[in-house]
Amino acid sequence: MMGGLMIVFRLAWRNLWRNHRRTLIMLAAIVVGTWAMIFMTALMRGMVDDMVKDGVTVLPGHVQIHHPAFRDDPTIANVMTPPSAALLEALDRPEVVAWATRVRVPAVISSESDTAGVTLVGIEPERERDISFVADDLADGRYLESRDDRGLIVGRKLIDTLETGLGKRVVIMSQDRDNEIADRGFRIVGIFDSKLQQYEEGYVFAGEGAIQELLGVGDAISEVAILGHDYRNVEGLHRMIAEAAGPDLEVLAWHELDSYLGSMLAVMDGFVVVWIVVVFLALSFGLVNTLVMAVFERVREIGLMLALGMTPRSILSQILAESILLLVIGLAIGNLAAWASIEPLKDGIDVSIVGEGMEYFGSAAVVYPALYLSDVILANVVVIVLGFFASLSPAWRASRYDPVRAITKV
Amino acid sequence: MKSVRCIDLCKTYRQGEVEVTGLDHVNLEIDEGGFVCLSAPSGGGKTTLLNAIGGLDTPDSGEIWLAADRVDNLAKGELAKMRLHNIGFVFQAYNLIPVLTARENVEFVMEVQGVPAADRRKRSLEILEEVGLEGLEDRRPAQMSGGQQQRVAVARAIASRPKLVLADEPTANLDSQSADQLMELFVELNRNHGTTFVIATHDQRVMGYAKRVIRMLDGKIVGDEQKEAA
Repeated sequence: MMGGLMIVFRLAWRNLWRNHRRTLIMLAAIVVGTWAMIFMTALMRGMVDDMVKDGVTVLPGHVQIHHPAFRDDPTIANVMTPPSAALLEALDRPEVVAWATRVRVPAVISSESDTAGVTLVGIEPERERDISFVADDLADGRYLESRDDRGLIVGRKLIDTLETGLGKRVVIMSQDRDNEIADRGFRIVGIFDSKLQQYEEGYVFAGEGAIQELLGVGDAISEVAILGHDYRNVEGLHRMIAEAAGPDLEVLAWHELDSYLGSMLAVMDGFVVVWIVVVFLALSFGLVNTLVMAVFERVREIGLMLALGMTPRSILSQILAESILLLVIGLAIGNLAAWASIEPLKDGIDVSIVGEGMEYFGSAAVVYPALYLSDVILANVVVIVLGFFASLSPAWRASRYDPVRAITKV
Repeated sequence: MKSVRCIDLCKTYRQGEVEVTGLDHVNLEIDEGGFVCLSAPSGGGKTTLLNAIGGLDTPDSGEIWLAADRVDNLAKGELAKMRLHNIGFVFQAYNLIPVLTARENVEFVMEVQGVPAADRRKRSLEILEEVGLEGLEDRRPAQMSGGQQQRVAVARAIASRPKLVLADEPTANLDSQSADQLMELFVELNRNHGTTFVIATHDQRVMGYAKRVIRMLDGKIVGDEQKEAA
């Protein structure tokens, strides 16, 4: 058995290098194809990862808790009580990296020059630091010092729109719980830059306590944002929080909160498979052609082996082994080439030349290629498995040769 | 003990639009240790008979027995196994596997049989020495002459000690000196190992080495001459 297997592999290996030029050309095609599969997937993954991570760190976190009506009507009317008892215990578990409560309402901000509609977010500064971008992206001024801080953090784009600046006063106006106008002057204490300009224009941040006082809601909050370990794997976290929060609150994962980002990730996963299969299909024509040629050139030899008593199954195995060896070598070099070309780009590829356009769909100006083991495995498995099936036809034909006719074939 | 028995063998095959009679009610017995030449002009049926005996082709009717085993009714896989373990083949050309060395070619059948590597190596080196190819073990077919290649093929045919060696025009591509050397080798192996040789040929000089010459014409046996080998 072992001897039979050895001769099958020895013949496959030597036959592979019999026409070394043809083998090298096919190998080059597999290497380039594999490289293209992995490198392009890493680029696209990096782009989408960045979009999702940015999207998640802007506000959603990985999981959020709200009043059930908050998503349809995100006003101060639909608030909830702060976490207590079972929920606090759940938020203390190791699955939770960080969490923070917020008050979030639509508001109007006015400077002496202009007025703009914004989302006013009242935050717990220390907790929020671990979840969202506000502290990290602060470019000028200071971060909020406490939940009662009456300073305001504003995006740079909004500063330009309102023609105001650091240290200036602005007026925030919203509705309180009794549907009365609630307004108060705030001093701009910080300016943030965001990779995504729409956030610079649309969000302002103040202390949670100050906003609760402005709106007259006591200690009520709009949401709890929770950060887990991996945005791609939030099901367990979601389940745990949902159980702790109980049926009166709505608990949603980030991809439900931001369906654009969620569907972007799903489309990306599908696109990776389609991309890998399409590249493989292009490769498979060359592979099948190489094997057909190799078999056609060796008809008499195959006939001889069958005549000497080699079984059709061994002939089939020999041709398949030849194909698999070719694929494995090509994959190994292709994987290495992909890794070698991705590694130096880990610090990011500046795509600012098209950055302005990319921001419209939420991407940043620097793309960081993301090489996922699962994508590499997928590419390798697709090539090996589909390569195996593509090779079956020529291998099967070879194994079905009639030895007498094959030996005498001119 | 009979090495080969053919009973009323018939075989027709198509050659383009024409139906050709390959074997026409052939009855034949070959003793163990025999050295037999099948002689016929082209299309006379000698290769068809050789292929039928070797299990490479199945007759339309009749029976083929190798020693005590009937082989004409075996399935493809069983025929392959039977060929592997019982018969050595020497063909006219394209006899060796080009990517294997002389030694590996000789070991090929033994390796497929599952003979351990050390035994294979020992046996193949002995046989190569016996057929006069000592020192050429690591050469590939392309690095050897036609005569040397046929000797490797003979070495491969007898390496696994088969009861029967079938050779189809083994000297057709050889010069006269190489052909004589090859036939002398056949005679020696037949004498030393008691292996039965059945050789299809239309070369009169080859027939001169045979103990028995069976003449065929249009798929029929038309002559059966017992003689002393030269």
